[in-house]
Amino acid sequence: MSTIVLPAEIKKASANGHAAHGHHELSFVRKYLFSTDHKMIAKQFLFFSLFFLLVGGTLAMIVRLQLGFPDHQGGFFQFFANFFSTIFGKENFAYNKTTGMYGMLDNFYNSAFTMHATFMIFFAVMPFLMGTFANFLIPLSLGAGDMAFPKLNMASFWMAVLAGLIMLTSFFVKGGAGAGGWTSYAPLSAVPDYTGVIWGQNLWLISLFCSGLSSLLGAINYITTIVNMRCPGMSWFRMPLSIWAIFITAILLLLAVPVLASALLLLLFDRTIGTSFFIPAGLLTAGSPLQGHAGGGQVLLWQHLFWFFGHPEVYIMILPAMGLASDIISNFSRKPIFGYKAMVLAIAGIAVLGFFVWGHHMFQSGMNPLLGTTFMISTMLIAVPSAIKTFNWLGTVWGGNVIFKTPMLFALGFVSMFVIGGLSGIFMASTPVDIFIHDTYFIVGHIHYVLFGGSIFAIFGGIYFWYPKMFGRMMNETLGKIHFWIAFLSFNGVFFPMHILGIGGMMRRIYDYTQYPHLVRFQGMNQFMTICAFILGFSTLIFLFNFFWSMKKGKKADINPWHSNTLEWTLNYPIGHGNFPVMPHVFRGPYEYSAPDCPPGTDFYPQNLPPPGWDETAKA
Amino acid sequence: MSQNNSPSKKSAILLTIGVICATAIGIYFYFTLALNGHVSKSATVSRYDHFWLPGANSTYAPEIDSMFNIILWITMVVFVLVEVGLVYFLWRYRHKEGRKAIYTHGNNRIEIAWTIVPAVILVFLAIFSNSLWSEIRDPNKFPKGAASIQIRPRQFEWDIAYPGADGKFDTPDDITTINQLYLAVNEPVQIKLLSQDVIHSFFVPEFRIKQDAVPGMPTAVWIVPTKEGDFNIACAELCGAQHYRMMGYVHVVSKDSLASWLKSQAPEAPAAATPVADTTKAK
Repeated sequence: MSTIVLPAEIKKASANGHAAHGHHELSFVRKYLFSTDHKMIAKQFLFFSLFFLLVGGTLAMIVRLQLGFPDHQGGFFQFFANFFSTIFGKENFAYNKTTGMYGMLDNFYNSAFTMHATFMIFFAVMPFLMGTFANFLIPLSLGAGDMAFPKLNMASFWMAVLAGLIMLTSFFVKGGAGAGGWTSYAPLSAVPDYTGVIWGQNLWLISLFCSGLSSLLGAINYITTIVNMRCPGMSWFRMPLSIWAIFITAILLLLAVPVLASALLLLLFDRTIGTSFFIPAGLLTAGSPLQGHAGGGQVLLWQHLFWFFGHPEVYIMILPAMGLASDIISNFSRKPIFGYKAMVLAIAGIAVLGFFVWGHHMFQSGMNPLLGTTFMISTMLIAVPSAIKTFNWLGTVWGGNVIFKTPMLFALGFVSMFVIGGLSGIFMASTPVDIFIHDTYFIVGHIHYVLFGGSIFAIFGGIYFWYPKMFGRMMNETLGKIHFWIAFLSFNGVFFPMHILGIGGMMRRIYDYTQYPHLVRFQGMNQFMTICAFILGFSTLIFLFNFFWSMKKGKKADINPWHSNTLEWTLNYPIGHGNFPVMPHVFRGPYEYSAPDCPPGTDFYPQNLPPPGWDETAKA
Repeated sequence: MSQNNSPSKKSAILLTIGVICATAIGIYFYFTLALNGHVSKSATVSRYDHFWLPGANSTYAPEIDSMFNIILWITMVVFVLVEVGLVYFLWRYRHKEGRKAIYTHGNNRIEIAWTIVPAVILVFLAIFSNSLWSEIRDPNKFPKGAASIQIRPRQFEWDIAYPGADGKFDTPDDITTINQLYLAVNEPVQIKLLSQDVIHSFFVPEFRIKQDAVPGMPTAVWIVPTKEGDFNIACAELCGAQHYRMMGYVHVVSKDSLASWLKSQAPEAPAAATPVADTTKAK
């Protein structure tokens, strides 16, 4: 199947190009550390994201420990609290003599949820999608030899590492890590006295600046590669939806990240050199006037700048996941994706509308209520393309021949959980309802249904799906299914009750909600959620075991184990430098499953397989 | 080259049993733990014994709740249709050896239909929402002749001021309290918010009102409480280490009781020397 008939000129050109690469053994450093090969960089990003997924997950467990046991009577869970207290320093914990449990202090709790969100968003989900999958899939699915700018690619990864190290360091500086929430609203974040966090917040700002730079370098590279380096025949509408999603997401990054970067710098100036971009005049700290700031700043300016980035950011984290899920669902339904062009238009529609909805985070901020109306309408409208995508996934499954392998289970988990996340968003979009549920656990439930039930499930699906091409072996199917079912059930056990908490009026970012008489009733429910959260954390360990065990002991993968059409599955593992020994030529779209003219005995039609009667001497 | 994808029956049965067991254990825990609760004895007594919206005790609270319920019904119907449809398709079209999937790239008429139907529903939701939104938030529609109260929160308390006899704030006859907000039942009141340090958010769940108190930028809300009783002000915006302790009290009393309370608190009276007990500061 991999014998490709090519127009003579192309064959010659690509043979020359290939020779120019040369074949030389790379040193260990050039091969594994400072590699410019997109496949190695993709793997580096994969390990990077997995590491930070663990860090972020650990912090989630810490947050859940406090919420489940605000009275610091942890029972069985005492063990974990005492374990964490040795990692993060006993000074952040108070020893409860009667129970023998190290209960965390309020400021450490604030740091924990701040850093949980920061690590998960900027160092796990984003690098998974726009580091790992973007790097791995763009050249391989488009028939390119590598990225347009391999050295920029390498710089992008090492910039992310630098950002990650700075962020990790912030836990161990005096005053602890940033504790102003991942949104770091000024002036809480602008004046060290308000949180007691000094260098932790500065390092947070510097780290995110570096991380943004890494994203920008990546985005430039992805856009250039997709525009310029598609192989012959790979027209725009023959690209897999994963590539479409990554392409549009890269544009979002390019437009949104500079706004964040400038806001981060302004806030850093406010904190370090005494400017007052976000600090109005006449503030108090601990009862006396704030010194060292002239005032005149605008508090809401930070929110506008942050959410102008922050809302597209949400779509940056979900659009590539939608692309991965589309590829997987079409493959395991053995059926072309339903409404391919509608899917592309929906991605583009979400991307454009995504820049006009940021104000829905600020309905209760004191912003002019008329602006609230505007942002409500745009927010309601952005639900439409999301609905189109969901219906198209349903349409893809309809009439298929559905195979339930682990990647498919995760992709279906993605669809069913994304539906909940999308529908719960409508509550917040409605301005009057948002008055009540704004900043409650309802929004925490919503964001986790989109980012965990959505993005992370799709990422897991993607890892199970492309693992054979990355590591040459299959991941264990039984362990994969066990991972899915435990994760799926416990995920709903943690996050569905969050909607109930929000409806009951429980505020987010609350260290001890039992202070409030209207929230005392939720302690039992919170304990249930904490137990589910630990089960969810445990399921991720099953995944990690499977991931590393399969690398050595997994079943050797065939060249095309999922019987897929796209170009990456025409290459033997390990894929050499330059990827394609001969330049591939693409003849049709990526989802031609069960086509009537499929090669005999198969139900798929690889993109590079010439149609019968193709004249190899004809011009492409 | 037919695919051998059907999993072995044994592992399928094992998995099914596992999933059912896990669900059963989950439901068991949910009912024993979540609903009955293993609530520590030291905690305050719970105000409600149900898990749904708190009491609706302002004029617009029931309106917000009915908007909430409309959206809840619409989203529930969509949710059930989509999830049932998905599960049905998965079961109906599960892999069978030798069957070929339907070869189709979609249908433009269906695409247009499922674009227009959600768009129409959502635009109507936006229009309905907006009339309520402007009723609550439009400064021109604030109730005329409402009494004014000024709240200037700071880390981690609510500094509350009543204008006193002259009807103006920041004059010597202002009546000030910390964390204790007294309101008259069925009387409109306008609350002016201005933070003294970081952003706080004035949240009274029973009134369904939430408004950020921002430094350097005054904001305002209006309330007509409809039921006498004691409720809480919660801070809904992270404001520092002790954000969770920033709780205030709302006492909704009769108009006469409010008048006599205000009289007792007036600065001329000797009672001013004993401010209202502040339980949140018992640190």
